[in-house]
Amino acid sequence: MAKELGKSVLKGENITKVFGYGKTRTEAVKQVNFDFHEGEVISIVGESGSGKTTIARMILGLIGITEGTLLFNGQPRDISNGRKKKEYWKNIQAVFQDPFSSFNIFNKIDDLLLDCINMTGGKHKSDKEKFDMMTEACSFVNLKYAELTNKYPFELSGGQMQRLMIARVFLLKPKILIADEPTSMVDACSRATILDMLLKLRDEINMTIIFITHDIGLAYYVSDSVYIMEHGKFVESGPAEDVIIHPQAAYTKRLISDVPKIYGEWDLSTV
Amino acid sequence: MKHQLKQAFSSSKFVLGFVLFSIMLLLAIFYPIFSPFDPMEMVGSIFYPPGTYVSVSDTVQATYNGFNIDPSEAHLKAALSPENREKMKNWLVRFGGVNEADIDIEDTVALVDLWDAHYSSDNPQEGLLSSEKKSYSRLDKSLAKAKTGIKTALYTENSDGEMEESLIISDRDYVRVNDVANTVTLPLGADNFGADMLTKLTNSIRVSLQIGLVAGLIATLIGLTIGLLAGFLGGLVDNILTFLTNIFTVIPSFVILILIANSVGQAGRGPFVVAMIIGVTAWPWTARSVRSQVISLRNRDHVNLSKLSGHSLPHIILNDILPYVASYVVMALILQVSSGILAEAQLSMLGLGPSTTTTTTLGMMMNWAQQYTAHLSGAWWAFIPVILSVAIISFSLNLMNTGLDQIFNPQLRED
Ligand SMILES: Nc1ncnc2c1ncn2[C@@H]1O[C@H](COP(=O)(O)OP(=O)(O)OP(=O)(O)O)[C@@H](O)[C@H]1O
Ligand SMILES: [Mg+2]
Repeated sequence: MAKELGKSVLKGENITKVFGYGKTRTEAVKQVNFDFHEGEVISIVGESGSGKTTIARMILGLIGITEGTLLFNGQPRDISNGRKKKEYWKNIQAVFQDPFSSFNIFNKIDDLLLDCINMTGGKHKSDKEKFDMMTEACSFVNLKYAELTNKYPFELSGGQMQRLMIARVFLLKPKILIADEPTSMVDACSRATILDMLLKLRDEINMTIIFITHDIGLAYYVSDSVYIMEHGKFVESGPAEDVIIHPQAAYTKRLISDVPKIYGEWDLSTV
Repeated sequence: MKHQLKQAFSSSKFVLGFVLFSIMLLLAIFYPIFSPFDPMEMVGSIFYPPGTYVSVSDTVQATYNGFNIDPSEAHLKAALSPENREKMKNWLVRFGGVNEADIDIEDTVALVDLWDAHYSSDNPQEGLLSSEKKSYSRLDKSLAKAKTGIKTALYTENSDGEMEESLIISDRDYVRVNDVANTVTLPLGADNFGADMLTKLTNSIRVSLQIGLVAGLIATLIGLTIGLLAGFLGGLVDNILTFLTNIFTVIPSFVILILIANSVGQAGRGPFVVAMIIGVTAWPWTARSVRSQVISLRNRDHVNLSKLSGHSLPHIILNDILPYVASYVVMALILQVSSGILAEAQLSMLGLGPSTTTTTTLGMMMNWAQQYTAHLSGAWWAFIPVILSVAIISFSLNLMNTGLDQIFNPQLRED
């Protein structure tokens, strides 16, 4: 999987996030550094509560950064007002962990897709063109627009919802996609489909994917580089092969050794 | 929305509450329209009990079909208390020379006959104080009165311009109600102003419902806005708004209510002003609960996704937050309407309700019933139906709220 790295799109320097103050103060992310490149698939791996989602939200600009600088395309990111935020979000999008809470259940599926078309400057397009775009996006994720139109999100399955989320990204064509455990709530079969679709999309529009997971095996399967996260810190990072085949940090070793343990339980002779 | 409405009507509690409320509402809207009286019109006498009211002036014009009943025995019976009978017996034995065994104090006619035969105020009555003598003489007079009754002479002006006695009416005279030209049916009697209770009650229900609705809408609107902003924006805005809400919560709202109602003054307090006063003091708990709901929604991914789709703050609040709290807000509104009606009743009981001479409210009716001591004169119809109406309205609204609660929070549903 090793390949030439593109230019840097996102670079974090000493990024820190503190929630609360006084007794409730928690340092969710502590002084992390990272450098993500164009067209690269990056995995952030860590246990529950290690701060993965917090990093994702900071990168997305959904929550503020307590300390540190984030460089976007080599420039310090500026999202100080609504217009700049909107501009930034044309470049960076997300697929969230729980498909059931990612949708506004009061809006039809059409509204969701139309929002994406409007956001990328397709407001003036004719209904026919919009219809074609939505149909194309749906067929990219193996869904039929004709079957979805005028439906509400709760009428879909979890897997279908996540695929629709990818269709949304397909329409928006952002530079960076953050996928926060997009497959943790769907069955194994849908999981493979969704991952394949994400990778296909990456190939098509040369998108950077930041893939957040607690499954180090999955990270190895999809990513070019891996960041291992423990208690708000990156304990190890580098190309996927290096980190997973030759782990240095004790925490990484433990994560890797946890994987075969699951199968080991079936081996009665080791008990 | 249609779906939720259908769901609401599948709850028996909601349906029962809805039916009760609709009955009260329909009664309040239609009865005053079809009632022959104005709610403030004096049609009967003060605290006239439920039934047919016949006014004295109408009676006079009716023909007297002379009932030949001698009512004097009944009147004498009523006029003579057991103590008086005992007193009469004592006198007859001591001064009238009657044998004690010949006196039966239960036999009113015989007793009075004996009395008439023997009593005379000229009797020396030795041994009696002058005050006791006087009390016997008074008893004698009241007996004479009870025997004859009170007669009223009616004079009318004749063609020569002279007053002429046209009719003598005794308080023992009777007329047939059918012969009286104007009779008035008062299903719930008359109140302290002699107005028809049922017309007045239904009219009051209508006004009270209006006050409750306006107060509830105002309270819900303020509470919803503050709750949405505080919950969604967080940070400093949240701190300020929560502080404000807490201030209103710790100061008992009823005290604020009384203070505002007092400072507005008697003249300025129309029903609408009272509704507003109630509304602006009742919002804190709506604000609190909306805020906590919004906080739990704020971090939901669909809100994040909406932000990523470039939606503005008002758009997110209206489209991604409000629909999720809407069902809750409807339930809060129902409770606010109910407590608005109760608050009006409480305020009016304290004399701080609407000051108006053109309309009435349930609270004002209770206040009047209390001021005119209806409970002491046994005029239950002047306050029991009012209390029942308040209770039924508030019960039906609470029932609807509980029904909705079971639908929107299914874990409460027990089946
Ligand atoms: N809004 C918040 N306020 C306070 N603390 C928070 C907030 N969000 C996250 N945290 C804390 O930050 C830490 C990291 O949380 P985060 O959601 O980033 O973990 P995660 O790695 O995504 O876990 P998971 O795999 O379970 O999703 C946790 O201890 C959490 O309690
Ligand atoms: Mg997470």
